[in-house]
Amino acid sequence: MGNDLAVSVKGLRKAYGRTVAVDGLDLDVRRGEVFALLGPNGAGKTTTVEILEGYRKRDGGEVRVLDRDPAEPTADWRGRVGIVLQGTGEFEELTVGELVHHFAAFYPKPDDPDEVIARVGLTGKAKARTHGLSGGQKRRLDVALGIVGRPELLFLDEPTTGFDPEARREFWQLIRDLNAAGTTIMLTTHYLDEAEALAQRVGVIADGRLVEVAEPGRLGNRANAPATVSWRTPDGTVESKESDTPTALVSELAARFGGEVPGLTVTRPTLEDVYLRMIGAA
Amino acid sequence: MVVDLARRQGIVELKQFTRSREAVVFTMAFPIIMILIFASIFSDEIAPGVNYTQYFITGMIATGLMTVGFQSLAIQIPIERDKGVLKRYRGTPMPKWVYFAGKVLMVAGIGVVEVALLLAVSIGFFDLEPPASAAKWFTFAWVSILGLSACTLCGIAFSSVPRNARSATAVVTPVALVLQFISGVFFVFTDLPAWMQQVAAIFPLKWMCQGLRSVFLPDSFATVEPAGSWELGKVALILGAWCVLGLAICVRSFTWQNKYSR
Ligand SMILES: Nc1ncnc2c1ncn2[C@@H]1O[C@H](COP(=O)(O)OP(=O)(O)OP(=O)(O)O)[C@@H](O)[C@H]1O
Ligand SMILES: [Mg+2]
Repeated sequence: MGNDLAVSVKGLRKAYGRTVAVDGLDLDVRRGEVFALLGPNGAGKTTTVEILEGYRKRDGGEVRVLDRDPAEPTADWRGRVGIVLQGTGEFEELTVGELVHHFAAFYPKPDDPDEVIARVGLTGKAKARTHGLSGGQKRRLDVALGIVGRPELLFLDEPTTGFDPEARREFWQLIRDLNAAGTTIMLTTHYLDEAEALAQRVGVIADGRLVEVAEPGRLGNRANAPATVSWRTPDGTVESKESDTPTALVSELAARFGGEVPGLTVTRPTLEDVYLRMIGAA
Repeated sequence: MVVDLARRQGIVELKQFTRSREAVVFTMAFPIIMILIFASIFSDEIAPGVNYTQYFITGMIATGLMTVGFQSLAIQIPIERDKGVLKRYRGTPMPKWVYFAGKVLMVAGIGVVEVALLLAVSIGFFDLEPPASAAKWFTFAWVSILGLSACTLCGIAFSSVPRNARSATAVVTPVALVLQFISGVFFVFTDLPAWMQQVAAIFPLKWMCQGLRSVFLPDSFATVEPAGSWELGKVALILGAWCVLGLAICVRSFTWQNKYSR
């Protein structure tokens, strides 16, 4: 106890036969924060998260999750960890209400199941069998089952895949509320805006390694990245130049053109540009 | 508290079963249809005062218990494993045994209804005599309970054999079918070749059939049995041994996740 890290990972390794999925990963998640793990398909996000959840065996490295080795989970520890898996487990013949009530009974201090159903926006479907739910509704049910035990630490593996834009906004609000109430959250996502909107810190993973960890605004040193200045030359082609001092470049161009620079743009890399560069360089 | 959890789990399992209509129809109706067919085709006397129908019905009751306990679980659990249902349970603080307890309660529920149905049909339409004394009822009860327990535990144990849901039916059905042929369900056991009888005597179904025959066939028929008697002690011993073996395998090697999610 008294540890301010909810998750700490050092030198994590995991291979499936010859495929090395996680290759010396270091990572910390502080208590009380929202941490987003970002990375392309096959980067090792699910592998990492499922090792932390106690589902998969690791080949090497040190891992602590809520002060325990997840490879040896206890019932008490399981009660403090909430899990939303990437793939869903289906209980086709049960209704949403029955399922959430049933899972609530597994936990020592569960939330009110009906309230949880309302929070994920499924009240209207509480009496519906789960096999009839739409993809996004099934995902909401997954989230409900993950939070009904009032976890201290919540793992979500690509939770908003299949959500419509409004559902995604509502989900973001749910995550913020849970976090405000003290829940530590670790989620994986492919959506940069999601990471930017939710996470205090973002980790970028590529080929099983953590490429960088930073606040979303500082990722890839974005704030200080060189700007790209582009303009149209007199013969009609577009020329562009990266510059650390774009203002100087623009005034030089202004002098050269004797006033307005045709087709002038000055851009800094978006989060997406930075991200694509990082995972491409990995 | 934990017992309450097991009860809830049993209710959830039963709900899921009764709501999947084809499972209900298949499990409940199949043995009855088999009785209808076989009893209409074969009705010879196989021993004084005993006709084939009575013999076959007792075998079908045993088969019904095996279907409910062994076949249904050995097929259903791999499906749940593939769908990630087991993985999801494992992510909660639910004690693992609660999952098994839920299955046991479900099987017990279905088993009671199934046996009652078979008895009703057989007594109503095929002249099966209900157990004649309290002692016979008692034998009927313990053979059914012990046999169903053995089949249930073996079904849970066997569920780790099929590697995925698709292969489960293909792997489990032949095992069950072969046992029915060699254990004295379709054919009078003592008419089978000796080596086949010896193989069958290793497995529970033969002993369940024999135990049930002691309930429903006249005592004079005991002399036709392989040992010249009902061997009820041995029935209890062997079914009990299968319970222990099945439980040991469940505890040691039950697989919660298929190999693609480990
Ligand atoms: N059970 C498995 N058996 C074999 N290889 C696996 C298994 N699980 C993952 N892999 C491989 O390990 C690598 C990492 O996979 P992982 O599922 O962790 O990626 P991911 O970052 O979650 O990807 P996605 O964004 O597509 O979900 C991939 O190359 C994948 O093919
Ligand atoms: Mg993944």
